Amino acid sequence: MAHSVSFDILEPTLESPVDEGVVHDSFSRLIEEQSHSLDEDGDCLEMQVLPEEDKSEEDLLEEDRDNVPYLASLTWDQSEQERGLGTENSRQTDPLIGEQWSYATLRVLSSMPSRTIGRSRGAILSQYYNRTLRLRRRRQSRPSLHDCPRSSRPSIRCYGVEMDTTDVGGEEHKKDKLVNNLQNLSISDRVRMLKGMPLSVVEKSELRKLASNYNGGHSLNRGQIPCCSRLKYYIIIALRHMWYSWLSFLHSLQLWQVALKRVSGRFGTGVLSYFVFLRTLLLFNIFLLFITGLFLVIPQAVHPPTHPGPPVAFTGLELLTGGGYFAHSVMYYGYYTNCTLNGSCQPTQNSSMDANRTGSTLVDHDDAKRGSHLSYNMPLAYFFTIGMAFFFTCIILVYSMSKSFRHSFRVDKPQGSLALKVFCSWDFKVIKKSSVKLQSENISTQFKELLSELSGPHEKKTVLQRLARLSVHLLAWVMCAGSTAAILLAVHYFSDYVHKDLQKRVGSATQSPLEKEASLLALPVVVSSINLLLPGFFNAVAWMEEYDSPSVHTYVAIFRNLMLKVSVLAVLCYHWLWRIASHPQELNLECWESFVGQELYRFLLMDFIFTILDTFFGEFLWKLFSQKALKRKRKPVFDIARNVLELIYGQTLAWLGVLFAPLLPVVQVLKLLLLFHMKKTSLMLNCQASRKPWRASQMTTLFISLLCFPSFVGAAVSVTYTMWTIKPSERCGPFQNLTTMFQSGKLWVQELVSNNPNMSWLKWMHTYLVENPLFLFVAAGIFLVVIYFHTQVVDGQRKIINLLQEQIENEGEDKKFLIIKLQAIHEQQRPQSVQRQNLAGSES
Amino acid sequence: MGNKQTIFTDEQLDAYQDCTFFTRKEILRLHGRYHELAPHLVPMDYTNNPDVKLPSALIVNMPELKENPFRNRIVESFSEDGLGNLSFNDFVDMFSVLSETAPKELKAIYAFKIYDFNTDNFICKEDLEKTLNKLTREELTPEEVNLVCEKAIEETDMDGDNKLSYDDFENMISRAPDFLR
Repeated sequence: MAHSVSFDILEPTLESPVDEGVVHDSFSRLIEEQSHSLDEDGDCLEMQVLPEEDKSEEDLLEEDRDNVPYLASLTWDQSEQERGLGTENSRQTDPLIGEQWSYATLRVLSSMPSRTIGRSRGAILSQYYNRTLRLRRRRQSRPSLHDCPRSSRPSIRCYGVEMDTTDVGGEEHKKDKLVNNLQNLSISDRVRMLKGMPLSVVEKSELRKLASNYNGGHSLNRGQIPCCSRLKYYIIIALRHMWYSWLSFLHSLQLWQVALKRVSGRFGTGVLSYFVFLRTLLLFNIFLLFITGLFLVIPQAVHPPTHPGPPVAFTGLELLTGGGYFAHSVMYYGYYTNCTLNGSCQPTQNSSMDANRTGSTLVDHDDAKRGSHLSYNMPLAYFFTIGMAFFFTCIILVYSMSKSFRHSFRVDKPQGSLALKVFCSWDFKVIKKSSVKLQSENISTQFKELLSELSGPHEKKTVLQRLARLSVHLLAWVMCAGSTAAILLAVHYFSDYVHKDLQKRVGSATQSPLEKEASLLALPVVVSSINLLLPGFFNAVAWMEEYDSPSVHTYVAIFRNLMLKVSVLAVLCYHWLWRIASHPQELNLECWESFVGQELYRFLLMDFIFTILDTFFGEFLWKLFSQKALKRKRKPVFDIARNVLELIYGQTLAWLGVLFAPLLPVVQVLKLLLLFHMKKTSLMLNCQASRKPWRASQMTTLFISLLCFPSFVGAAVSVTYTMWTIKPSERCGPFQNLTTMFQSGKLWVQELVSNNPNMSWLKWMHTYLVENPLFLFVAAGIFLVVIYFHTQVVDGQRKIINLLQEQIENEGEDKKFLIIKLQAIHEQQRPQSVQRQNLAGSES
Repeated sequence: MGNKQTIFTDEQLDAYQDCTFFTRKEILRLHGRYHELAPHLVPMDYTNNPDVKLPSALIVNMPELKENPFRNRIVESFSEDGLGNLSFNDFVDMFSVLSETAPKELKAIYAFKIYDFNTDNFICKEDLEKTLNKLTREELTPEEVNLVCEKAIEETDMDGDNKLSYDDFENMISRAPDFLR
């Protein structure tokens, strides 16, 4: 009966989760009915429970391990009851804690399904009986944890097991039924079922034997499985083995796994997230390098253009400035030609796009007038390679962002994280002693982080204190913003000064070229030192503020550093794209793109050098100083915010520079590789684990989002702007003689259409989809609507989950209530037991 | 290892194959490992199901379990007498459940048994404390352990009896994407 009633409740709940009134009404109805039925059925319950004692005595003998503690608790409970006879009333007020149950209630309690699961053989048998039944009905494959909604509600579960508690021969009966069911399953289903049962091998093989005997003969014999299905199994097994070994191979390919484990074991997830982020960036750059190298650098290097002028000698300063010897190499934009590279290595000086080609790959040119030969249109290749590189990077970024978002913002996340850590964090595969030590170290660090999150701000503050706090924060923000603005102005005027100075030098032409090159380093050095020094100032300000939670501290620091770096980069972009690109003749530049590429190289390199200096002075020497001179035990703490922002800054430079210097990713890859080893060594040597460990659950998500939003989007916008509007150099590079870089694509489409009238849809597409912004707006609009719908769905799911959890809690209350009722009935119906207890009480 | 027919009959091997996640070869290898643990105790001939049990001290010293903080609990929960003495069948059971191919729900049931130190069919606070101390090698202070246990029970306990029943445990596990062992 309980079963049917609870279904009545369940259905309206699922259909209209918001309608709580219905739920609660039906609950009260259920409670009423239950109590009624208990009152009415008190007798028969008693009758059913009593004879069961015999059976359970057998049980005790049979499965002594299951019931030894139970027996112990039983005797304890009885003695407890004998002592506490007079405390009936107190038990009523606090019933479940008192635990003074009568014998019969205890028996019912102990045979409840939730207590017998995985222990009592009868419970398992009946559970699997239900499952086989369901399997037969649905003809489904193996029931997994998810598609087999063995509801956790006791009222439903009971009905499968209730016979256990009432029948003497319940277990045997169940077994027969189960065997019967098993026979009716197909062989593979039966084997799967048997394998999944939580019984011992002996019991399983007995079941198996019974099941196959009923059918008459050994139907489970291997020989009876048809040859082809056997072959199928072998193939499946072999494939699975291959898949596993492939997975483990891929796993072993992951970079720096051991190092990362060591870091996370000692410093926790916060510092780990920095190194993981570094690895992600490295992969991005390798990808970028792969694309530009394959489609730009290698084709151009194979067909080197005739270079005008004498070769420049290598002086060594080039490594710092990126100019001189490197200026006319595959490194920079200016080296690339605007011609079609032919198989015959004849750069045709024909600026019209005569090659019929797609994308940026080598294609067979099938022109009747010229005959067939391989051709490679460099301007197009340049245009499409950069475009594709950005496009794919964008897709990968968005994908990894969505992945980490999914990871950190799960629908029902906020619950159970601690318990999950307790039960699921141990990797049972680890068998090496040192790894085991590392793992437990890691786990305890994680627990400390979780705990520090839990014990948030406790003490209440007065209004005055809060005001003081607020004003301190305000002051700090004003200081940070003010210093950032001042720095910005300084960078702006300094770059202006450098620009004017360069103009003068170009005019005078008396200085040696070496000096001229060296003077170019002034701006990068100034900017990098600002990047190094100002975060220190921010840290000092934050120290003044005294944040309680380390995570808030980190977020604030990240935001301030981000503000600084974004604005510095904006000023620099203005400097490059307006001052230099629009008036290249002022500096007497033949190729302003190469110049900007060199600038970016210098910035990237200076950033790296300053990071090295910072690591050495800031971490190593500071540690020596504080330990030797100040005689303190403390070591510096790894500054996650600043280090991550430095990485993002460097990556933005690299993305900006790809257009002007296709080999810039090489520099970035080398830089990141060196940086990883340097930072790791310095971390192990000089730093200590933060004394306030905190969990960086959403740190990786934040880093990736920052990388995507200001960094990548900014770089992409600048590059697109350059391609779309700025006039490329007239005498160098792949886009000479064109008004914009974008025009190369347009010309190609026109050419394609005039050569091949069938392709007119391409022209149509180009005009309406690429040149017309309306399409972009519509696409973005649709995208936003889809996102909105998804958030709504997730919101609804959260609501349903909350309601269901509430319902489970209510059911728990119901269970308690019913148990109390049961107990009360037993008290009434068993005067003899009371007499017995009275007797025992008088004896003692 | 000798001819496989002398260790198990075909019928036995079939039964093992159908009831565990191992193939015939793996069963024979398992027998080899079991034999290695105590060559003088474990016979090579298993065709008549000899009643041999190895004490937990021997099993626990296997390299697969040696460093595991829960080794004793694992062995105990798979032994029929609950004391850690494993017959060959228990031994096979243990590795079958611990193998990669075993389904998540089966593992969940045995994981519950393993974490249930006092075998009262509930994971109560003492069980959690023991689990935590084993996990962290007692690096957390008693107050921290206490706090973690309280919070974990609070988070997971659905029906408010201050201990985790199997249902609570299963519900929690089903939300863990990486519950694998």
